[in-house]
Formats: sequence, C-alpha cells, structure tokens
Amino acid sequence: MERQIRYQREADLEWAHEFTKHPNCERLLSCIQCGTCSGTCPLSIYMDLTPRQVMALVREGFREDVLRSKTIWLCASCYSCSVECPQNIRITDIMYRLKREAIQSNLYPKRFPVPVLAQEFCELVRRRGRNSEFWVVLRMALRSNPLVLLNMARTGWDLWRTGRLSLRMERIQRVNELQYLPTASKEVD
Amino acid sequence: MQPSAKYLYYPGCSLKGTGIAYEESLLTTFRLLEMPVKELPDWNCCGATTYMSISEESATLLAARNLALARQTGSKDLLAPCNACYLTLRKSQEMVAHYPQIARQTEQFLEQAGLPRLDSVRVRHPLEVLYNDVGLQRLRELTVRRLQGVRMASYYGCQAVRPYGEVDDPHDPTRMDEILKAVGVEVVEYSLKTKCCGGPLTGTIHDAGVRLNYILLKEAVRRGAQAIVTICPLCQFNLDAYQAEIRKQTGEPIDMPILYLTQVVGWALGGEFRELGLHRAISGRKLVEQWFTAKKEAETYV
Ligand code: SF4
Ligand code: SF4
Repeated sequence: MERQIRYQREADLEWAHEFTKHPNCERLLSCIQCGTCSGTCPLSIYMDLTPRQVMALVREGFREDVLRSKTIWLCASCYSCSVECPQNIRITDIMYRLKREAIQSNLYPKRFPVPVLAQEFCELVRRRGRNSEFWVVLRMALRSNPLVLLNMARTGWDLWRTGRLSLRMERIQRVNELQYLPTASKEVD
Repeated sequence: MQPSAKYLYYPGCSLKGTGIAYEESLLTTFRLLEMPVKELPDWNCCGATTYMSISEESATLLAARNLALARQTGSKDLLAPCNACYLTLRKSQEMVAHYPQIARQTEQFLEQAGLPRLDSVRVRHPLEVLYNDVGLQRLRELTVRRLQGVRMASYYGCQAVRPYGEVDDPHDPTRMDEILKAVGVEVVEYSLKTKCCGGPLTGTIHDAGVRLNYILLKEAVRRGAQAIVTICPLCQFNLDAYQAEIRKQTGEPIDMPILYLTQVVGWALGGEFRELGLHRAISGRKLVEQWFTAKKEAETYV
C-alpha cells in the first residue's frame, strides 16, 4: 500500500524557497489553502493531487511528490484557478514551471502522452517553425500508445472528408532565425 | 470605427488545418465588413499551451518573433483568432513588460535574428474587434438575412477571456451574445460558456477530454440550444469531432452543429455557404445545410 504520511525530513525547503523567485511564481507563499482552485478546476476529478494540494506541497518542499504527479500534466492551462484565486496566485504558471522541472529532472511519467506530445511538438517547431497537426499527433501516438491510433481513425476520416486534415509538413521560410532560440540543453531552464 | 484600417492576421497552425473553416469565415466576414485583412508573412507557430511546458524562454521568444514581424509590416493590430494563439502572444508581451531579464533576452534574440525591436503591436481577438471596432449598431445595419427559430449557445472556451479579460469579462462574458443578437440570432442562457473543453487533452488523455465535451454538449441541449457558437479552433474541433463517440458511449442522440462566430455573422452579412466553410462541419451536417442554404428571399429582412 502506498505510504500516505509525508515526513518533514523529506522536504526540501531550499527548493521551495528558490521556486518562489521565478517569474509568476512569486505569490505562492500567500496561499491560504482555501481550495477555490481545486473547486474550479475542470480536471481535478482526474488528478492525483488537487491544485490546492500541489500549492501546499510545493510550499513545504515536497519536490518529488509534486514533480512525479499526473496532476501537472492534466492541467489544461485553462486559467480558471488563476482568475478565481483570492490571493492572486498564478497557479497555471506554477503548473507550467512544474512541468518544465519534471521534464528536466526526468521525473515525468514515461509514455504518459502529454509530456511526449510536448516534446514532439517543440522539436518540430524548433526545426521547422511550424507545427503540423497530423504529424505531431502521429508521432506522439507511436511513442506513447500506438493503440490509440485505432480510436483516432474515425476522427481522421471525418477530418479528411471535410477537407480539414492536412498531411503537409509546414515550414517557415526564414527558419534560420530560430537558431537563436536557446539551445535544447538550456531549453528547460 | 475606421473601415479602412488594415488588420494583420495571424492564423496559427489550426486555422490552416483542422480549423480551416475559421479562416475561411473570418476572411469572408472581414471582407464583407470592408475591413481588409492581410496575413502576417512568414509567421511561426505561437507555441500554444505546449511550448511553455518545455521552455519558458523559447516560448516567449517564439511569440516575440511574430510580434516583431508584425511590427516590421507597420501594422498596429494583429488579429489572433485562435484562443491559444491570442493568449500566447499576449502573454509574451506581458512577460517582456514585467520582467527586465526576459525583456533583455528577447531584445538579444531579435537582434541576432535581424528583427526589429518590439513595439506597440496590439494583439486583438476577432470577437473583441467585432464588438469594439465594428460595433453592434453597424452589425445590425449590415445584416441582410437571419435564421428563423434557431437557438444558439455562445461558448468562449478559456484563453480568450482568461486570464487577461480584455476580450470579454473573464467571469461573465456577454459580448458574443450581444453580437449574435445584433445579427438576428436567438441565444440561450449558457452557464458553461467559459468552462474548459479540455484543449489538447482529447488527443492525449482522451477520456478526460471527451467527458468535458460531453458535459458542455449536454448542458447546451438542456438549455434548449440547437447549436453552439465558438471562437476557438480547438473548442470547435473538440466539440465537433467526438460527438459520434459520445453518442456511442452514452446512447444519447446528440448531433449538434458547432459553428464559428464568424460563420454565423458572415452568413448574416450575406456570405455564402462554402466561402464560410460551412461544408466542413462534422456533426449536425443536415441541420447546417438546412439552415444555411435556405432560399435567400425568405431570409432577407423586411
Ligand atoms: S485558490 Fe489560491 S489561495 Fe486558495 S488554495 Fe488555491 S492557490 Fe491557495
Ligand atoms: S489552469 Fe490547470 S489547474 Fe487551473 S483550473 Fe485549469 S486545468 Fe485546473
């Protein structure tokens, strides 16, 4: 059975302290644990930690628990929590920061489609300047769970017959300008 | 209102792919409004909700390149019809304005890439342009036909109204209803109008995404709506593309057209079926045909 109690010695308060220095994360410590964020979140029923719990765990420095959670990948960036939070905490941006750190520290759930999709998408955009919907989804499916392609077949057909599915690989003309983006190793800051 | 104002247009990936009907109807509507729209040359992907999960720096810079390109053309207004594009571009501006370090990075990037420095380009959403620059009065005047007895629910999705609230009120937006009423559409009260459709989750954590869409559709039916009107290509896609699956899963006979605001407005202003991309509907195809190919005489205002 999964252990439920967290011990203070497992916490990394230094990390929590550093965390709040990053853009848009400054107000984390003012959380009053009211739970409004969890109440308004459309995905909270699917989450292993509610947004309120995430805020509490980050603040107390339970780094791994948060970074390994599915919650951060379920967050659809809908900003409901951010506009409802009485303390003006930018919860959505905090979720973004946690996603980046989870990938960087290699703590994300492998084969979980969301981080896989994110990586495929960003690589394509970095190389070509544009996303190509069809190819990104295909690569994501092949890397995470090829079976989903069966489910996607019907949607693909519907899109095809209505002229909404493009197989073209998009590319911008001055793709060279993108070489000045921070490089992949620095990518996850 | 300046009818000759030049709007630059940032399509983003969706409006060239699965959301092509949005592009078609947007260009048609703005043409009918005599507000010429020009596509931003060599635009790159905005990064959507995804790039931010990999790199904050690059996400901001990607958006900044588009803003710099817009600046280069001399236009002041950059139309971003996709909610995710709109937010990403706006957010990049906000990051640059608030964090000097990010501003420096951005400057450096633009300089290396040989692009102009950022300047006051305004990122605009078509909903807000229709409301503010065109105005309800003019829309009313330009309306040449209307749908009789079709009730619609306006659905905003998330990122147009949140977090900035510049397109409409983030808690209780009303502008879409007002626009629809101005062009003669009957609207229903719809309390889920800013509830999330799951965004890209339908492609990744499919069940969670589809369930959110089921809730949105079900509530629209319960409110007596016969169609949902959207302003985001991803919302349109999610609500439109999975209705067959939802019917199979729930046994409920939901088959509802999911229209773009620009399709409905463009049609009221006299646009034609195909140039508004109305032939690209997946769900509720029969209704769409029935509503929007009716004889012209019957539709014209008396
Ligand atoms: S809504 Fe804000 S203050 Fe309330 S629990 Fe969530 S983060 Fe904390
Ligand atoms: S932004 Fe993320 S955490 Fe916040 S309400 Fe939306 S899905 Fe939930």
